[in-house]
Amino acid sequence: MTADALLPEIDEVSRPFWEGAAAGELRMQACGRCHALRFPPRPVCPRCNSFEVEWRTMSGRGRVWSFVVPHPPLLPAFMAVAPYNVVVVELEEDPLLRLVGNLVEAPGAPINSVDPATIRIGEPVRVAFHQVGDVALPVWVRASP
Amino acid sequence: MIKDRTAIAGIGQTAFAKSLPGSELEMACQAIKAALDDAAIAPQEVDALCSFTMEQPFVEQEVARNLGLGDITFFSQVGYGGGAGCATVGHAALAVASGQARVAVAWRSRKRGAAASRPWSQVSRRVSGTAAWSRPWGLLRPVDEIAMLARRYMHEYGASRDQLANAALAFRKHANRNPAALMHDKPLTRDQYLSARWISEPLCLFDNCLETDGAVACVVVPAERAVDGAHPPVYVHAFAQGLNQQHETMTNYHGQDPLMGPGWACSRALWRGADFGPDDVKVAQIYDAFSPLIPLSLEGYGFCGRGEGAAFTEHGNIEWPDGRLPVNTSGGGMSEAYVHGFNLVAEGVRQMRGTSTSQVEGADTCLVTSGEGVPTSALLLRR
Repeated sequence: MTADALLPEIDEVSRPFWEGAAAGELRMQACGRCHALRFPPRPVCPRCNSFEVEWRTMSGRGRVWSFVVPHPPLLPAFMAVAPYNVVVVELEEDPLLRLVGNLVEAPGAPINSVDPATIRIGEPVRVAFHQVGDVALPVWVRASP
Repeated sequence: MIKDRTAIAGIGQTAFAKSLPGSELEMACQAIKAALDDAAIAPQEVDALCSFTMEQPFVEQEVARNLGLGDITFFSQVGYGGGAGCATVGHAALAVASGQARVAVAWRSRKRGAAASRPWSQVSRRVSGTAAWSRPWGLLRPVDEIAMLARRYMHEYGASRDQLANAALAFRKHANRNPAALMHDKPLTRDQYLSARWISEPLCLFDNCLETDGAVACVVVPAERAVDGAHPPVYVHAFAQGLNQQHETMTNYHGQDPLMGPGWACSRALWRGADFGPDDVKVAQIYDAFSPLIPLSLEGYGFCGRGEGAAFTEHGNIEWPDGRLPVNTSGGGMSEAYVHGFNLVAEGVRQMRGTSTSQVEGADTCLVTSGEGVPTSALLLRR
């Protein structure tokens, strides 16, 4: 990725997620009272309406829920690597925790490093982190089943 | 209860094209004036304006002072882009049915023919809100977000590209019969569909709506007034909005079942307010920014069961004249014009008047839906 990369705006609610990523951990927000996990992060628990929040470190294991392969026209940062894949991964801890990411050949490999024809819904993956500017983005590599 | 208490008395539209002269405001005024003329109602009588939030700011005052409207005593805007169309008409109907207004106008005006006008291309380097959880990984455009759901749908239910093609080909055939349609002179074959370039796999060029300049408007009045109007009244039989539990607009990947979108919530409320059901509906205008929204909406609005929407499109089932449910009889967003789904409202009215270029014989009710995959809305029209 280049200088044109899109980066997330980090706010008070999402900061622990990105601090976790910088430390090489996939952290998920949970309710401080009923302990239900939720994603994306938000201030209130939809189950018990508590405003108390805790953060838990996940195993980093999941499965491909779906994927797409974008082709041009795209933004400049992505034109150079198109076609590439974007996956949605469901986490082992709770399949309702679904994260958008990229499947890459190895940590640090570009987002077009996996042949899209080989990607399968349901295949096991594990998290890796890709530093872009000042943000560590979670990406995914294949895991043995 | 709003059931049949209001009617759409006038519809109007600009030409549809890749590039039209004039601003969105000018086009809005053209369409609104045409709708008022169609209804034989003077601009001074208008007292309610309902529009999309994606319009420019101060749009009500600009429309009102350009067209010389009367005192506006009800104005509302509805959000979520393509989900808003039927809701603007529904809000107009609510205002008129409750006595807050006597002549309400709803419209959409849009200049999106030029490539530089696409919102996805104008994103800033730091992305906030829900987009912060998708854009950094290259999920950039609406087509990418819907393709993600489409792939999962195809996986879960065995739906095929051939079935998505059924929607694209049916709407193109309808557009070929409609001189106002952008694709009036351009037939589309299955081979062309299957060999078209990818936009976001599994979706190709022809799974996408057009990008269009154009505007469409309609006028809502009390039913008793519409009876004496210039055209047969088209009653607003039922209206609903829908934002289902744990929904996230476009990137709806976080709820219990992402393939059951806002349309399901909207549908339950819509049919609750109606005297008839899906089996009685003989024609539908279904929001089609992308082809997978057709099977999803056919399921959501109860024309078939879960996972059966793609198969429902087979055997010409959504085609004029003999299909069980001809869909998007003017060509829809994919082949007539993409006016954020508002051209579907106008076509619903034409079907009820009996003036569609692909008129469904004996159609006395019509479902019109707005965008699935975003907080949405729908209308049931009847003769």
